[in-house]
Parts: sequence; structure tokens; C-alpha cells
Amino acid sequence: MSEIQTNDTGGKKKKGGSKQKKISVFVDFTPMVDMNMLLITFFMLCTSLSKPQTMEINMPSNDKKITEADKNTVKASQAITLVLTGGDSIFYYTGQPDYKDYNSLKQTSYTPGGIRSFLLKRNDEAVRKINDLKEKKLQLKISQADFTKEVSELKNGKNTPVVIIKATDKATYKNLIDALDEMQICNIGKYVIDSIASADKFLMKNRATKGAYARSGAK
Amino acid sequence: MSKVKVARKSTRIDMTAMSDVTVLLLTFFMLTSTFVKKEPVQVTTPASVSEIKIPETNILQILIDPKGKVFMSLDKQGDMIETLTSVGKDYGITFTADEFRKFKILKTFGVPMKNMKAFLAMTSENQDKVLKDLGIPTDKANNEFKSWIKNARATNKDLRIAIKADQNTPYKVIKDVMSSLQDLRENRYNLITALKKVSAK
Repeated sequence: MSEIQTNDTGGKKKKGGSKQKKISVFVDFTPMVDMNMLLITFFMLCTSLSKPQTMEINMPSNDKKITEADKNTVKASQAITLVLTGGDSIFYYTGQPDYKDYNSLKQTSYTPGGIRSFLLKRNDEAVRKINDLKEKKLQLKISQADFTKEVSELKNGKNTPVVIIKATDKATYKNLIDALDEMQICNIGKYVIDSIASADKFLMKNRATKGAYARSGAK
Repeated sequence: MSKVKVARKSTRIDMTAMSDVTVLLLTFFMLTSTFVKKEPVQVTTPASVSEIKIPETNILQILIDPKGKVFMSLDKQGDMIETLTSVGKDYGITFTADEFRKFKILKTFGVPMKNMKAFLAMTSENQDKVLKDLGIPTDKANNEFKSWIKNARATNKDLRIAIKADQNTPYKVIKDVMSSLQDLRENRYNLITALKKVSAK
């Protein structure tokens, strides 16, 4: 392959039987291969193949000018509040905080059987419809654009739950990402990250003391 | 007994095919890969199911290490110089041309403004050594982070903010960064994560 044979017949001019020399030029590619291997090794070590993933989030503005009236209020029946705490545990309650019943604040975990099954159950109508849509998309019955439009409509539909994520200082960044991830997995379109309020702290304390805190009259 | 003649075979291997393969591989690597940025701290991002890729240009990356130190990086050198000029103006510091030249080649920066001049005077090896112990102050009394973000935004309107934090970072630090961003009305940003595969059930 790397041989170049110059068969210089050259001689229509030359008559007679003088034999031409066959020159064989053999190019050795070994150094070339060495160099390429070196470069490949360099590229493999110094570069990253995949770009990192991102999650897009929209935070509410903390503009002080927004009055209470401007804030859209959430129907109590649809609200779910997650309180992320240290030690990878989540507490949640639905609707308004119930100060009297310490069992209203429930503890769960980040495992699929924990918070995910609860959220999927709360959002089952949207989840079912979105799964149907995914099925349709796989069979190429609807286009990508229609799919995205319908999914976002379903996610922001009227009866979907609204999740309020509150993290304590002890929670880690991973906990926050995991919680946001659950929103994606459970197809919840309406969620917000909020700072922890005194009501949540009260509930946590009340739960830890099994209701004694509320009975002692602290409010 | 007659001698058995062993035919001498040429041991020369044709390397052309091999060379073809390596060139092909090399081209593949050169086209698909992006260079790893040098970061002062090792950060393990948490995994998520999100599949959105980060855009390549106009990124303002905020790097947060587990101890809560904050670093920043901009991908355009022109933006970096302008940002430093205006941040310097906020703190009453003017920089020389030499200091600008040294600043723009930094991959990641995160030094309190009072140490900036001393930091830029160091050699790049020493910079790498001290950078991981510094970081941009984000506390309420001296929030230089806000000033950086505000001026970077003023320099480049199309800037996208991406937060890259270690998975063990306490939420308190993230909260400080996020509330600083909220104060500046930067309400849309990206959180950089690694890929994770999860079934919906």
C-alpha cells in the first residue's frame, strides 16, 4: 500500500532494449501512527465528551412592591408543601398547615416508594394523559411540537397539584435537585422554591415533640 | 543430513491502514470533544433526569464548592475585562493594563476585591494554590458577588447564568446565592447537573 512503484517506461523516444530500473519507494508509517496515538491520548485525557446537563428554573421575584393581592393564591386542596431537611428526609403536608394535629406533617424519603409515589398519586390524571401522549409520540401519531404543547397544557392544567418546596439550612444542594427532579418525573408543572416560614418550623417542632409543643400553648 | 533452510521473511508491517484508523479516531475526538476547564475546586454535581444541554457561549458560571466558596467564570475575555473595570469602579480600584492582561487569561476567578491586586501580581502557579482558599464574599455586609453579577449583566445582555454546585453543599449557601440573584431580578437560570436515568414508575 505504502509502496510507490515508479515504473519508468519513459521511452517511446528510446529505442532498443535498455531495461529501465524499477524504483520502489516504501514509506514507513510507524512514526506517523505513534504521533497520532499520542495525540489521541492527549485528546482523550484533556477533553470531556459530553456536555453537562442543566435544569432550568424560574424563581419568583423578591420585588417588595408586589402586594399580597397581586400574588396568585393557591387553592388549599391543591397545595403540597415539601420541607427538605438534613439526613435526606422530607416532610410534607397538604393544604393549610394544621397546628393541632402533629400527624398532618408526614415524613418520607427520596426513594421511588416515598415522595414519588405520593406525588404520582396526587397527579395521576395528568401523568396518565402524558403517558398516553408519549405512547402516541412513539408510534409517530403526533409531532414533537404538538407533544410539547399538549404536555405543557396538561402540566399546567386546572386540577394539577401545586408544590411548594422549602428547604432548611441543613438540607444539601443534592436534596434540592432531587426534589426538583421529582417534579419532572411526576410531571408537575407548578412548583416553587420558597424560604422556610415560621409555620413550618412550628410544625416540625410539633411533630418532633408529638404534639406537646402545640399543647403547651406556643403559637 | 542436509541443512534445513529457513526462508527469511520480511518482518515489515504495512502501517498505512493503522495510520488511517488513528487519523480517523483523532478527527472524531477533535470534533466531538470540548476542553475541560480548569477549576480551582473539585465539584461533583448531583444527577437529574433533565436532558437539556447547556448552551456553549454567553455563559456566566457560578461555581460553589462544598464549603460554600463561590467562584465565577465568564467565557468571553472581552466581557471579563469590562466586568473587572466596572466592578473595580464600584470599589474604587483601578487596574493597570498588565493586570487586565493577567485577569483575562484566568479560567475561573473568585477573589475578594481587596485582594485582587495582590492576587493578579502572583505567578499563575501561586494563583492556583491560593485561589481555592479565597472565593467571592456573598455575606450581607460585603456582597461583592452581587456587584460581579450586576456588572457582568450590564456588559453582556445575553448572558445566561448557570449554577454549578457540589451535591454536598449546604442549602444555606445556595439560598444566599439564589437570593442575591433574586435581588438583581435574575429570575431565570440554569442548574448544572449530571445525567441520571430514572424510570417513571
